[in-house]
Amino acid sequence: MKRAFPWHLLFFLAPAVLIYTLFSAYPLFDTLRLSLFTDTTDGVRSFTGLSNFVTLLSDPNWSGPFWNALWNNTQFFIIHMLVQNPIGLMLAALLSMKDLRGGRTYRTLIFLPTLLSVVIIGFIWQLILSPLWGVSEGFLAFFGLDFLFEAWLGREGSALITLALISVWQFIGIPMMLIYAALLSIPDDLIEAARVDGASPWRTFWRIRVPLILPTLGLVTILTFVGNFNAFELIYAVKGALAGPNFSTDILGTFFYRTFFGYQSQIGSATMGATVATMMFLVILVGVMLYFFVIQRRLTRYQL
Amino acid sequence: MNGPSHSLSSKALVHLTLLGYSLIALFPILLVIINSFKSRRAIFMDPLALPGPDSFSLDGYAKVLEESNFLLFFGNSLLVTLVPLFLVMLFGAMAAWALSEYRFRGNRLLALFLAMGIMVPIRLGTVSILEIMVSLNLVNTQMALILVYTAQGLPLAILILTEFVGQVPEELKEAARCEGVSEYRLFFQIILPLIRPAVATVAIFTMVPIWNDLWFPLILAPGPSTQTIQLGVQQFIGQYATDWNSVLSALSLAVLPVLVLYAFLSQHLIRGLTSGAVK
Repeated sequence: MKRAFPWHLLFFLAPAVLIYTLFSAYPLFDTLRLSLFTDTTDGVRSFTGLSNFVTLLSDPNWSGPFWNALWNNTQFFIIHMLVQNPIGLMLAALLSMKDLRGGRTYRTLIFLPTLLSVVIIGFIWQLILSPLWGVSEGFLAFFGLDFLFEAWLGREGSALITLALISVWQFIGIPMMLIYAALLSIPDDLIEAARVDGASPWRTFWRIRVPLILPTLGLVTILTFVGNFNAFELIYAVKGALAGPNFSTDILGTFFYRTFFGYQSQIGSATMGATVATMMFLVILVGVMLYFFVIQRRLTRYQL
Repeated sequence: MNGPSHSLSSKALVHLTLLGYSLIALFPILLVIINSFKSRRAIFMDPLALPGPDSFSLDGYAKVLEESNFLLFFGNSLLVTLVPLFLVMLFGAMAAWALSEYRFRGNRLLALFLAMGIMVPIRLGTVSILEIMVSLNLVNTQMALILVYTAQGLPLAILILTEFVGQVPEELKEAARCEGVSEYRLFFQIILPLIRPAVATVAIFTMVPIWNDLWFPLILAPGPSTQTIQLGVQQFIGQYATDWNSVLSALSLAVLPVLVLYAFLSQHLIRGLTSGAVK
């Protein structure tokens, strides 16, 4: 088995490892490193330790917008967890029912928005919710509910929720498909045994099928978490980099973008941008660690 | 169990729910496409009506094609999606093969290093990526996007393909090796054709996020000659926000290629998605 030098190994691995390292892994570590530096006006970069983080978390000009973005992002995530994933679970449960006709068509249609660009989806909903066009107002009027209509995207109190629901509408196909696949992989005889024992379909679902797909629900949670704390396009397309009204829809992605590139009178800063990116990295890291060390581990133990 | 009448009505309820949700998913997209074929007056007068003989109009499309470089944007998007797609599948399959077939020191560590990219979004490295591209003189080139998208797609591709390469029967590889087939020929002529279905799944997972991305085109290649379709549409709509015909037509043009592709590939895609998810 011993050969001189495994050239074939190099040949197979080098392209992928090289590109990944140079344009994904290295930039990530370099960004973390850059957060410890600062640029002076004449373009000299010097090491400043944690002072960028101190600025971000304590200088009122920085900490206000940062906590606002983090809190908005958390709400954005909570809405996905409360709306997207339960509806995804329900749709998956319905789709996995035995001898359901047309299941394939439903799946295809409900998954469709997931494939479309977030930018396009943002614009489409902006038009639909626009008071100018009046489509949603007319729709509500059909049920006699037109007094409920407001320019939801324009109001500070409702803009973030509306955007989160648009995002839920678009991405519901992902939890639906993942949960659907997990439900299909449950052996039939298990469900059959429960049925013979006289368990109702409702009881079978909550007591047998849901516990068995808990690992998938965990996976859906962490995918939602990473996706939400990395979101940017929807807010940028609908509300611009300023994430109005009055920063009420600002999330970490838009805050990062503004910090890096600047806006209005504030000049962009690469090192402060790197600092915000590092905070985002830490948030995602904490989420992923929680998932691997707490949720996933307990789930596997539960399964055994 | 409940009587047949009950199960019939519960069945109807299931279909009603699924149908209702399908409509919710489809309605906004259809509404935009339908109205893009109507005159400005008809768009506002009766948004829900289909275009008729007196409301039909292609003004919006004419304007989009005239005033923006739509075909150029489309070509750019195609280029920066298809080249990374090819590279991700080829390099991803090669790396997956090496990781699952050969035992070498650091194998698991390398696999872990590559898998890191699945959980940590590549966007977080944007500050440094931009600096690298500036120093390589690649800002406002498609090359910048191609390199970044290839790096972005590789981790998930390698993870999925490693799983599949591992399922290739041992006897097959041994038989080939006994006949003196080189490791290179073994991979390209025997293994690669065998894992083709998995490669198709990977292709979809890789392609959709790249085609739809706005972040990197905005940052690395915002110039007029390198704009992708997402960026082009975003800027066009910003410019013509009050011209509803044009806005609706631009949106429809951006959506239609994906709809057509989905119509042809949806069964394959969903099969790939569900089989890829079962573990």
